[in-house]
Amino acid sequence: MSKVIEISANAQTIAQRLGITKYDIYGATTDSTSVQVDKGEPKQVKASNRASVTVRVWNDQGRLGVTSTTDVDERGLELALKTASEASAFGATENIPDFSPEATAPLPDVDVALADPAPVGTLIEQLVKAEQALLNAHDAIAAVPYNGIAQSAVEHFYVNSAGAQRSEERTSASVYLYTKTEQEGRKPRSGHAVRIGVGSDNLDIDGCLQEATDKTLSHLDYKKIESGKYRVVFSPEAFLSLVSAFGNLYNAQSVLDKRSLSTAESLTTAVASPLLSVYDDALHPGNISPETFDGEGTPTRRLPIIEKGVLTNFLHSAGTAKRMGAQPTGHASIGAKVSVGSNFLHITQGDAAAASYALETADNVILIDDLQALHAGVNALQGSFSLPFDGWLVNKGDRTSIESATVAGDFRQLLQSIIYVSPDEKVTSSGVAPHVWVDDLSITGE
Amino acid sequence: MTLAAAPLSSLRLQEIPNQTYQAAPDRFDASWADPLSTLLGLGRAAGADFIEFFLERTNFISCLAEDDAITSISPRLTTGAGVRVFKGKADCYVSTNDVSFHGLKAALEKGLSIMGLLLPATSAYVPEVTLEMFRDYGATKENWLVNCSSMQVMGDVLLGANASVEKVAKHLQARRTNYFRDWQEVLVASSDGTFARDIRLTQSVGTNVLCADGDHRSSIGQRLGNTSDPSFLTAWDYGTTAEELAESSGKMLYADYVESGTYPIIMANHFGGVIFHEACGHLLETTQIERGTTPFIDKKGEKIAHESLTAWDEGRSNESFGTIDMDDEGMPAQRTLLIENGVLKNFLSDRAGAVRTGHPRTGSGRRQNYTFSAASRMRNTYIDAGDHSLDDLFASVDRGIYCKKMGGGSVGATGQFNFAVDEAYLVENGKITRPLKGATLIGEAVDIMQKISMCSQDLSLAPGFCGSISGSVYVTVGQPHIKVDSITVGGR
Repeated sequence: MSKVIEISANAQTIAQRLGITKYDIYGATTDSTSVQVDKGEPKQVKASNRASVTVRVWNDQGRLGVTSTTDVDERGLELALKTASEASAFGATENIPDFSPEATAPLPDVDVALADPAPVGTLIEQLVKAEQALLNAHDAIAAVPYNGIAQSAVEHFYVNSAGAQRSEERTSASVYLYTKTEQEGRKPRSGHAVRIGVGSDNLDIDGCLQEATDKTLSHLDYKKIESGKYRVVFSPEAFLSLVSAFGNLYNAQSVLDKRSLSTAESLTTAVASPLLSVYDDALHPGNISPETFDGEGTPTRRLPIIEKGVLTNFLHSAGTAKRMGAQPTGHASIGAKVSVGSNFLHITQGDAAAASYALETADNVILIDDLQALHAGVNALQGSFSLPFDGWLVNKGDRTSIESATVAGDFRQLLQSIIYVSPDEKVTSSGVAPHVWVDDLSITGE
Repeated sequence: MTLAAAPLSSLRLQEIPNQTYQAAPDRFDASWADPLSTLLGLGRAAGADFIEFFLERTNFISCLAEDDAITSISPRLTTGAGVRVFKGKADCYVSTNDVSFHGLKAALEKGLSIMGLLLPATSAYVPEVTLEMFRDYGATKENWLVNCSSMQVMGDVLLGANASVEKVAKHLQARRTNYFRDWQEVLVASSDGTFARDIRLTQSVGTNVLCADGDHRSSIGQRLGNTSDPSFLTAWDYGTTAEELAESSGKMLYADYVESGTYPIIMANHFGGVIFHEACGHLLETTQIERGTTPFIDKKGEKIAHESLTAWDEGRSNESFGTIDMDDEGMPAQRTLLIENGVLKNFLSDRAGAVRTGHPRTGSGRRQNYTFSAASRMRNTYIDAGDHSLDDLFASVDRGIYCKKMGGGSVGATGQFNFAVDEAYLVENGKITRPLKGATLIGEAVDIMQKISMCSQDLSLAPGFCGSISGSVYVTVGQPHIKVDSITVGGR
């Protein structure tokens, strides 16, 4: 019997014994391994095998109690169900979450490859080679202080007392390389790259190596930049991180909580340049671990969020959909208060641009490769951001690394100031996006 | 490995799976000595240089009040263990939810296997590791959990806090107060004989207000934290919190965006200490020495900061948020002098740091939970009080910025740091003139430490959450008001 079926069967038996008639459970089991190396030797290997579940119990008055536990044997599940039952006495009396109406709807048919875990020795061997290759790439590269290969197998599931029962397995692997340079009389510089795959066998380690090397070398010669307003080009990774950081713009729960840059009336209004479209698509072929159902058992799907600049949909849970007269969209995470979040963003061109731009011909533009410290520099409720970044000043294709600078602005204004969305979409670990060009952003250098 | 004649307390390897142990299933106490000493002996017999078991049980609950309703009460129960195996300077960490003898043995065997270590022949004797007398820091804390606030009380207090905010704040759009209580029982047993247990109780309550007037918005929060006082929540003076938030949010609602540039700044005490935490504290952890990512790697005994600056990191600061009686490697908490009058005195070191860098352990091995191996981390870290008055600091600034309330920040592998300012004011001719928003402070750790030129006498500590290699841990940051002679301020 698989762990998931065992947990489900135990929960049903225990719930009956405790007189609990309405409940649901979302959980996952994870088997993971990661390695890191230091100067050709293994430094630390981590392995874990663990499970966690969240149980929700509705009492006779229809109020909801929740408990999470990692103790998924019979004793642990019983304690969790009892605790959730006790907590239900203090549950919300309004807008109480309920089962998703789509918890038993057919799931999308997704062709997913699974990979067997590689032996730890193989992972270490791969990483040692990568580290050595980076150190050999240039005399200035003195260390690869952050590095790692990780692999994991996850089985997640959802069951409820009305008969819903879903589970699916996924595997994934990643490689991460982060360099540090040392040169006499120069400040230390760095470059990093990451690659993901279904398993460690199909990780593009060579590509990761090349990207980390190229970025590091491109930052060796650096200059301060004069503060002022600039035309800025966001890399796919940078723009995805910014759109995610301001996710309350398209999050129905945030709208209902009055903690969003949008209101319910914002739907169908223009919130961005017509050049921009944004979708959330857990099932995108570029997503190596597509989940076909969310924490409430709702099937995931491709959802238009912004189409040609117009806000078209919010991300919903079952509860927010009910309150706003919409359908759940497959973006819920289970909890006493169900939270809502994106799965896999797909940012793409909207309307055709009147003019196209290219770094090879542009003058005095800033290419932002990586935005840092979003947890500190983003005020999502105000809509403002002020963020350090890694990037280059670009003149007709020539890139000069920027020593240290921040980019600041208002996110809503930034969306309106987009002048070009390039056709060169890149698949990343968090989504798919092109380069996005924005006018008149404040840069603080010196 | 060759085994010597069996001591009286040895088992043959083949006998171990059949052993029955009486370890208490619901608490960590001295009854765990037998199974753990057997397993530690098994690891040593396989050739490991060092083995450590970390067992953890938690009982966590959070409660959220939004406007006038309790919208979430979320208990979470956790049980788990991790085993760390060292061979030379390399180590392996295996975590599991299964804390039965067989679950722990399976985790150990997996760790040994990963390290390329083989169990001896089944007929071989496995000497148990002799553990120290059970060191129980939790003995006086048994009632902490039951004495904490009930769910009913949590709800009442949080709703009371939100009601207080509504009375005093203007242009309110949303009020949110959340509380959590994190009760944790840990047990550490290792092959050097360490055998210690602790109970920890960490609580925090925070209120955030969002105000809006047309296109003007301000979002301000305040958070308090405590370790070891079960009545922390009911003792909270939320009326004062509400008044302070109302004042700050009112001023920031119509604030102008800061003009970017280089300024002298005065940074407030309390959470202002995040500047030292990010710009220097992280760079004094031995994990940074291991990676070669600190500019202070060979600076012990040298002047790395302005002579006005003395800084500490201590395990026990009364009931402050980072207080621990022992670290997550079973070492008693220590008070560590980091910098004295600008001179670097000590690094923060854990067991791996001591093995890999030679810096002695300081009781700083910390982790978020059993899924992480311990790493050198800060606890209660602060810049010590200086001799100046607050008026001295302001009087020294012709045109600068007063950073009254800090947001979060971070430091990168190259020593560049940044942090956000939630509440700032322009200072002109020594006087506060108008509120500013949208500021980010950026700089290089090596540079900024030399520019902290004045410290006032009003040292104050504040709770924080620090994310790093071993997860998120509770910490204290702190300082008196300080003056930084010049710093780059990112803005518009």
